[in-house]
Amino acid sequence: MSTSVANIPPQVEIVDQPLDSQMTISMGPQHPSTHGVLRLELVLDGEMVVKATPDIGYLHTGMEKLFEYRKYQQGIVITDRMDYLNPLGNNLAYVMAVEKLLQIEIPERGQVIRVMMCELQRIASHLVWLGTHALDLGAMTVFFYTFREREKIMNLIEAASGGRLTPSYFRVGGLMMDLPAGFERRVQQFEDDFSKALDEFHKLVTGNRIFQKRTQGIGYVSAEDAIDLGLSGPSLRGSGIALDIRRANPYTGYETYDFDIPVEHDGDVWARYLVRMREMRESHKIVQQAVSRLKPGPVKADAPKVVLPDREAMKTHMDALIHHFLLVAEGVDVPPGEVYHPIEASKGELGVYIKSTGGPKPARVHFRGPSFVNLSALPHMSRGCMVADIVAIIGSLDIVLGEIDR
Amino acid sequence: MSELQQPESYTEVSQPASPQTPSQIAAALQREHADWVSEITTALGETTIVVPREQIVAACEFLKTTPDYEFNFLADLCGFDRGPEEEPRLEVNYHLFSTTRHHRLRLKVLLNEEDAHVPTVTMIWRTANWHERETFDLFGVIFDGHPDLRRILLPDDWQGHALRKDFPLRGYEPYSLT
Repeated sequence: MSTSVANIPPQVEIVDQPLDSQMTISMGPQHPSTHGVLRLELVLDGEMVVKATPDIGYLHTGMEKLFEYRKYQQGIVITDRMDYLNPLGNNLAYVMAVEKLLQIEIPERGQVIRVMMCELQRIASHLVWLGTHALDLGAMTVFFYTFREREKIMNLIEAASGGRLTPSYFRVGGLMMDLPAGFERRVQQFEDDFSKALDEFHKLVTGNRIFQKRTQGIGYVSAEDAIDLGLSGPSLRGSGIALDIRRANPYTGYETYDFDIPVEHDGDVWARYLVRMREMRESHKIVQQAVSRLKPGPVKADAPKVVLPDREAMKTHMDALIHHFLLVAEGVDVPPGEVYHPIEASKGELGVYIKSTGGPKPARVHFRGPSFVNLSALPHMSRGCMVADIVAIIGSLDIVLGEIDR
Repeated sequence: MSELQQPESYTEVSQPASPQTPSQIAAALQREHADWVSEITTALGETTIVVPREQIVAACEFLKTTPDYEFNFLADLCGFDRGPEEEPRLEVNYHLFSTTRHHRLRLKVLLNEEDAHVPTVTMIWRTANWHERETFDLFGVIFDGHPDLRRILLPDDWQGHALRKDFPLRGYEPYSLT
């Protein structure tokens, strides 16, 4: 035995044998690969993970409670801060649920703009995922290329809404305002460049043998388990289930767009990677169709008791001024009822449950965040893998802690 | 590099014709098992079935395994507090979805405040695990038979249930981690 052991007094008994004991370590909440403040309690046998238990709640800010104290239109800015990589998707799910309660339809141009902006946001969200996923696995360069492209989308969102990360662009009954002049041309310019950029990402990552070795066969989840665990979005489609809410329960006119649902059957990290890469191309297709459908017209529903009037109308029409005052001071009177509205966000099924008991404030708002449910599948996926693979699996689930903790 | 040129095997999803709408399913359920259904409401295109809590596991199991319904996916489970003076006070909502037939259904269980117990559905859908923990954490609904019923979002030593209506927005006192 070494000298250090010999120096221990005889009354101290050494029971812990380092080679055949299990070790519990805490990964996070400040670990860079946990994409936020996620803490994992890992039980390790050597370098093998025996059990991984996620510990969440570090970013809990009581948003669902806050909704109950805010008017419906004030809730939109809270949704921005949930899944902060896909804020327009959150806006859409929330305002569509409120619109369902109010039973109002928004005009064609408003719907097309919603689809276009949501698909741009989906691409931006997937670009952050791609950059950070590759960064987690040691490929630093990809991050710079993906953020270069994402910056272009952020500029587009800023041009439309004035905000980059927290746009709050969709409002109950329509949009905040119409697109600025020349927006179509800027989107078209982005579209022309993006196809080439996507090929570039494939060249950087897809053919990379280190990336393939780190992802293939890791974090396997079968189709039955994926449904049982409630996985949705790309994480479910990577296991061979062709389910997309845009097709299954269409909203905002998605049934009229021509796009494919990418499916992979391997169920591992690599399969989920391929699904997301192909999804970006499909979103690219949808944006192009939406741009070609943009025709002049109103972007807000004709519902003066719900939608804020235009500035110009307020200066010339008495009733517009009264409606504006009542909407801001008292809010929208939403009839009693309850709705659950699901949309296909960039990470999976984002469902919003709103319960109204009448009046300007909701009685309950619940967000079914895809990241929350997808993360709950992590213990199942990570059993028996290596510590380094945990990072790959978390990356492939594409979680955002703002949405998990709410 | 085959992905670059031609993505193989795109699977086109066919729209399976749903043989029954959710309201028809609810009516059929009432015919077959009258004691499972206390009330059916259809509003805003969504169907809600109020189920007595003793029957919720049987009803979920039946809806999941019956070939015509196939509610194999628990989309969401969430609680609601009607307020301290209401009786029954608490609601638990189960949002069911079918990945093959693409229809949705809401089941609802009503609970009294002093007896807020409901059987767990984690053995039917494993995804219910975290949803039930969240509902326990924020509403104090106890899911009997749950394998790991701990607080999930709030700290383990938190007092009270934050989403109940009588819990103040800013809490009772500033929470300290030390």
